[in-house]
Parts: sequence; C-alpha cells; structure tokens
Amino acid sequence: MPELQLREAIRAAMTEEMERDEDIFLMGEEVAEYNGAYKVSKGMLDQFGPERIIDTPISENGFAGLGLGAAMNGLRPIIEFMTFNFSFVAFDQVVNNAPNIRYMSGGQFKLPIVFRGPNGAAGQLAATHSNSTESLYSNFPGLKVVSPSNPDDAKGLLKTAIRNDDPVIFLESELMYGLKGEVSDEDDYTIPMGAARVAREGEDVTILAHSKSYHVAMEAAEALDEEGYDAEVIDPRTIKPLDLETIARSVKKTNRLVVVDESNPFASFASEVTHQIQDEAFDFLDAPIARVTAPDTPAPYAPNLMDEYMPSAEEIVAEAKRVMYVE
Amino acid sequence: MATSTRKEDKQDERAQDAADEQASNEQAEKQQDDADAAAMANGQPDGEASDDDQPDAESDDIAEQAQDEKPQGEASGEDDSDEEPQDANDESPAGKPIDVPGEASLEVEFNTYPANSYAHDDLGFEEDDLIEIYRNMLLQRRFEERCRQMYQRQKISGFLHLYIGQEAVSTGSIQAIGLGEDTVITAYRDHGMALAMGMEPDACMAELFGKETGVSKGKGGSMHFFDAERRMFGGHGIVGAGVPLGAGIAFAHKYRGDDEICLCFFGDGAVNQGAFHEAANLAGLYDLPVVLICENNQYGMGTHIDRAMAESKVYRHAVSYDMPGGVANGMDVFSVNKAVRDHVEMAREGQPSLLELKTYRYQGHSISDPAKYRAEGELEGQQEQDAIARLHKYMLDEDLASEDALDEIDDEVKQETKDAIEFAEESDLPDEEAIYDDVYSEDDYPFLMR
Ligand SMILES: Cc1ncc(C[n+]2csc(CCOP(=O)(O)OP(=O)(O)O)c2C)c(N)n1
Ligand SMILES: [Mg+2]
Repeated sequence: MPELQLREAIRAAMTEEMERDEDIFLMGEEVAEYNGAYKVSKGMLDQFGPERIIDTPISENGFAGLGLGAAMNGLRPIIEFMTFNFSFVAFDQVVNNAPNIRYMSGGQFKLPIVFRGPNGAAGQLAATHSNSTESLYSNFPGLKVVSPSNPDDAKGLLKTAIRNDDPVIFLESELMYGLKGEVSDEDDYTIPMGAARVAREGEDVTILAHSKSYHVAMEAAEALDEEGYDAEVIDPRTIKPLDLETIARSVKKTNRLVVVDESNPFASFASEVTHQIQDEAFDFLDAPIARVTAPDTPAPYAPNLMDEYMPSAEEIVAEAKRVMYVE
Repeated sequence: MATSTRKEDKQDERAQDAADEQASNEQAEKQQDDADAAAMANGQPDGEASDDDQPDAESDDIAEQAQDEKPQGEASGEDDSDEEPQDANDESPAGKPIDVPGEASLEVEFNTYPANSYAHDDLGFEEDDLIEIYRNMLLQRRFEERCRQMYQRQKISGFLHLYIGQEAVSTGSIQAIGLGEDTVITAYRDHGMALAMGMEPDACMAELFGKETGVSKGKGGSMHFFDAERRMFGGHGIVGAGVPLGAGIAFAHKYRGDDEICLCFFGDGAVNQGAFHEAANLAGLYDLPVVLICENNQYGMGTHIDRAMAESKVYRHAVSYDMPGGVANGMDVFSVNKAVRDHVEMAREGQPSLLELKTYRYQGHSISDPAKYRAEGELEGQQEQDAIARLHKYMLDEDLASEDALDEIDDEVKQETKDAIEFAEESDLPDEEAIYDDVYSEDDYPFLMR
C-alpha cells in the first residue's frame, strides 16, 4: 500500500472520481492556479483544465450557492472552503438551501454536492479562524457530516461522499494535511458513511475521538497503557450518520466513555454522543460519561492560552482515570 | 452592457420620455403581476379565505392605473428619488407606471488623484508635518521587517500578513482625519494602520508575541488589533466582514448627530463579498458618514484582481450605490491624503463615497506565501514607485530636509522597533484564567466548565 499525505489522499479521491465522472468539478478560492491554499488540489488544474478546476473570487455565499444550483441541474460539484470558518459567509446556502431542497421539492431535486475544507483550530489563528463546525452542520437534517482522521479514511470516505446524492460536509484539518499514512490501492476504494472504526481494542475504558482529536486520544491510550490501563479507541469517522451501534457495543464492554472533541462544549458533538449513549447503554455505564473539549470560550491567540484551549493527552488520561475511579 | 443596465441615467430625460410614450399592455400585465405579488406579500395568497377583500380592491386600482398610465408617467418622468413616498398603508404600487426608457446610457465622472500631482504646501503640510509623515511610514516598514524576523524566530505565530509597500495608504489617510475622534476600521493586514494611528509599537509587538501587554491583551494576534481610545475599531480577519461594521459605526455617528466620520478600509478581494455590496448599499441608502476605502493592492492572496472581479475598476462600483467614486495612487502619500481629505469632506456632509487606493504589497500574502504568481519584474517595477523613497526624494529635492536628518529618523525608528521587541520579550504571557476574561460582560458568567 502506498503511503500518502492526507492532502494527497484527498487529491487522489477527487482525481479518481473526476476521471470517472465528467459531471464533477472542483471550485473554490485558489484551488486552480495557486494549486490550493494548502496544496490539496496541486496539479489538478493541469490535469483537468480550467473548466473543471475553477478559481473563485472571495465570494463564499456566491460560489456555495452556485454549486447547489449546479447540483440541482445535474452536476456534482466539489466546493472547497479555504477553511470552514469562511463557510459562515455561505451559511444560508449551506444550511437553508442545501439540506432542504430535496425535502421541499418532494424529492424532485437532488443535491449531490460536497463542501470540503479544513475545520477546527490550526494553531494560534485566534477566534475567527478556529471554529469547529461539526455540531453546527450536523444539527441540520439533510446534511451529512464526515470528519476523517487519516489518509486512508479520507480517501475512501471522500469518494463515497462525492458519489452520494446528498449534500455532504467533509471536514478536513489544516494541521493534518501533511500527515502520512498507508492508503489502500484497491481499485475503486470506498468506505461507507456511518461506519465507525475501532482503532485500538481495550477493556477498561472507551475513548471516542475524531479528526485531530483522534491522534491525541491515541497518545492518551498509549500513556494509559504504560500505567496498565487498556483503553479502546473509536474513531466515528462520520459525525452524521453516526455509528451509535459500534460505540454502544464498546461501552457495553468497557462500561466507561470519554468523548474527545476539540469543539466548544455547549451543544457539541460530545453532548450529542453523551445523550445517545446514556439512552442506549445507561445500564452498562459504571461512571458518568466524561468529555474533553475546548473550553466554553472563543479561541485565544496567546500561545499558552491556546495550549490550554486545545484538548491534550494529559486531560484525556485524567478523565479516563476519573471515570475508572483510579488515583 | 453592465454599465447601461446597472443604473439608468436619471438625467436622461429624453430617454425617459420616449419610454413613457411606449407604455404598453405588457406593462399593464406586469403591474397586475406585481399587484398579485404585493397581495401575496400581504399574506393573502390566491384562494386563501380572507375577510378582507384588499387584493381585489388593489387589482381595481391597478386596472385604473394602467389606463391612466401615460399622463402619470410624464408627471413622474424626471427623477424617481424626488417623489414623495406613498402612504405607508397603501400597499399598491399605485401612481407610478413602470419606467422603461427606450434608450438608456450612463455617464459618470469620478475623482482621480494621480501620483506626483500635489505639493506639500497644497495640502497645508509644514516641514515638521512632512518629517512626521516620513517617520511614520518608515516606522511601519521597519516594524514589519522585524516582524518577519520575529516570525522566523518563532516569537510570532499564527498568520502574519505584512503591509510593506502600502504605508502611504495608512499614513496618508490618517493624516486626513481627526485622530481620536473620527473612526477607523480595517481588515487583517492591520499593523500599518495601527502604527499610523499612533498605537504604540511596544503594545503592537507585544500583541504579536501573544503577551498580556498587547493591544488586544494577547487575545487577537496579528489580524485583530484594536484600540478603542484611538478609535481604531479593529483589525478583522474575515474578508469583507468589516465593511458592514464600518457602515454601522458611521450609522452611530449619524444617529448621535456627532460630526465624526468613519474610514472603512478593506482589500480588493473584499469587494467580491456580498457583505461589501450590502454595506455599500446601506451606506448609500441611509446617507451614512463613511468613506469606503478599497486598498487595492491588486491581489487577493494569489489571485490578481482581474481574475476575480468582473468590473475590476473598483471605484466604478460607486455608481451602483448612488455615491461618488474616486481613485488615487496609493504609492504617493500626498495623492492619498488629498483624496481622503476630499472624501472625508463629503462624509462630513452626510455623503458616503467609495475611494479606491491603488497600491502594492511587496511581501507575499502571508509570511508563508512565496508569491510565485507575480509576473517577471512586477515587484521591482512597483518598488520603483515606493512611497517612502518618493517622499525621501521629494524632501531632498525641495530642500525640506537633509540626508543626514532623514538617516537619523531611520535610526530612531529602528531603535523604536528594537525597543518594542524588548518590551514584548519582557512582557508576561496572559494568566491561564484570562482565557475566560472578556467573553461576556459579567465577571461571574456561569461558564460550562469541563
Ligand atoms: C470570508 C473569507 N474567505 C477567505 C479568507 C482567506 N483569506 C484571507 S486574506 C484573503 C485575501 C484577501 O484579499 P484582499 O481583500 O485583497 O486583502 P489583501 O490580502 O490584499 O490585503 C483570503 C482569501 C478569509 N479570511 N475570509
Ligand atoms: Mg488585495
């Protein structure tokens, strides 16, 4: 299996799909001539030409809506937000048009579109540039939300997202674009949405974490291991639909759950999982469900405050121990 | 095409008359549709039971009106905007036939301010003022050269967008307002504006270092400099997002009836945001005391303005919002100053305007951008027009300062910048608890604690 960076895996998924289906095009700021702000679409202009790899002005509301219109009229757009912070400029299109048109038209119009780009904090970028959007977008019925943690999942899931006939929010990460990992070279490799991955098996506590947080969770699991605790780590991979079954099965085994999510805590993905698990597996829980998230504040700039802001392996270890009632 | 359909020339009475003569059945039909639409908007869609027979009554009005159309058209043929508004309760578009001129054209004049067109005494600047202007522009440049270095040494993190090359815009503009009274808002490339407004290099550098002594207490970083006292309303990181704020700041000036105006700066890239167009329309509609200043450095990130804007002469967009437009050479501090003065004067009289300042950034978009998209020799060509070098030469040529005196200024601002770094180094990082400060107005807000 070849080793690819996350950005290369995403590019490979787009490229393969675009080779397969002429109705797919990629549009966004700096995606063509600049080869992508984070070099995700590098070389794609050369391969597909300016009709299919399209630079836009800084007009998110406009080009998100354009993508939806094109989707209604038979194309399959991939719309790149330079980061999901800027998707807020297009909020109306993404949350009020994308998820509702199929429903309101009684199924006459489908919207096969992928909105993709980096999500979440990426260092000291301050509050406007550090938003996590998974809970926001997953609140709107009609949207699907995918958030992979590694190149292999990114490739398989993005291909699925592009083929899906519904709007998909595909959340990447600036800080992970350079992350390397083996990627299946299986012909036409896809991964279904709504299937979590048990990344590490364990008996003592379940840790659920997606995207960047997944890597922090794995680090915490190693640290716990050194202290003799056996954590199971699950990467949900898709936020919506959510593979509750896999998470619940694990919790029924370990009887403890720590949810890691770098979003702000109030009304977050972590809150949602917490509710669903207590509903599904209340009798199996030996401790309240814990979560490790950003604090209930905007993201700061100062380096020490930003360190404090982001979930850390130490915090995860501490929460895991708390729910295991040790130390 | 765009120009003729975008706005009909109000002065073109002949075209108007010709059109009025062509009042047709089509117009009557269209009006019927409009009436139906108005009825819908009233919450009375077709067929829905209603005690109120308003829609029918309206239809009758329309029918009458269509018959009367021609004479009324002549009566209102001059300038729509002078018409008294209809009674607010009268939902029908009565009294006005649809105006479609048989011909339409547009002729607009814009204010232009080329380089090398103004002398310092034309603008009322004395020698001392020139020295200050020179010092200020040079301070911005030296400060930012050090920023670059500090970023490389990892003292500064996050995004760092340098302003080098654009200093005449900030200094020339700020010299045209009442500092501390008039208000200013800008985008994220904000260090230059901050220094032009007299914000302390110490506190600016400390912000970049993320220290508690920074202009935003280490919460905002490079893109989010604020100074309420000097009436600097920020540094804004989302492209275009500051423009509606600028309209709002100006709205408050007008609402309170103070004599202050707002300078609202944004990049050429921001003109492509809906936010710009909505704010410009609001400013034009409400006659807000604002100068919308597009700092056109010709690129939004790696995209040249010609690849991003259907109408890339930014000043022309003023036409759509019924406001004066102007364009100045942003590499000549005198041209900038003259332009901003003229437009500020309009703003003080309640006339918003759009001013394009053409400039150039010498560095990449941010510190991590190698700027490979520039044409060969483009940067060097622009640097030949450098605003600081231009003023330097001007002062020497006009015998307003000696080479030595100007060198000394350079030494002074270099020292000031060094001191700023030292100040930033020595300052403390914010307390850990500060993460919860200034989220809400209360000191005891019940945060969700993890
Ligand atoms: C809504 C939004 N979209 C995208 C970005 C990313 N971005 C930051 S600066 C920039 C270019 C802006 O160009 P311009 O307005 O001309 O300002 P300049 O950088 O030239 O000062 C872009 C695309 C952003 N900050 N906000
Ligand atoms: Mg620009």
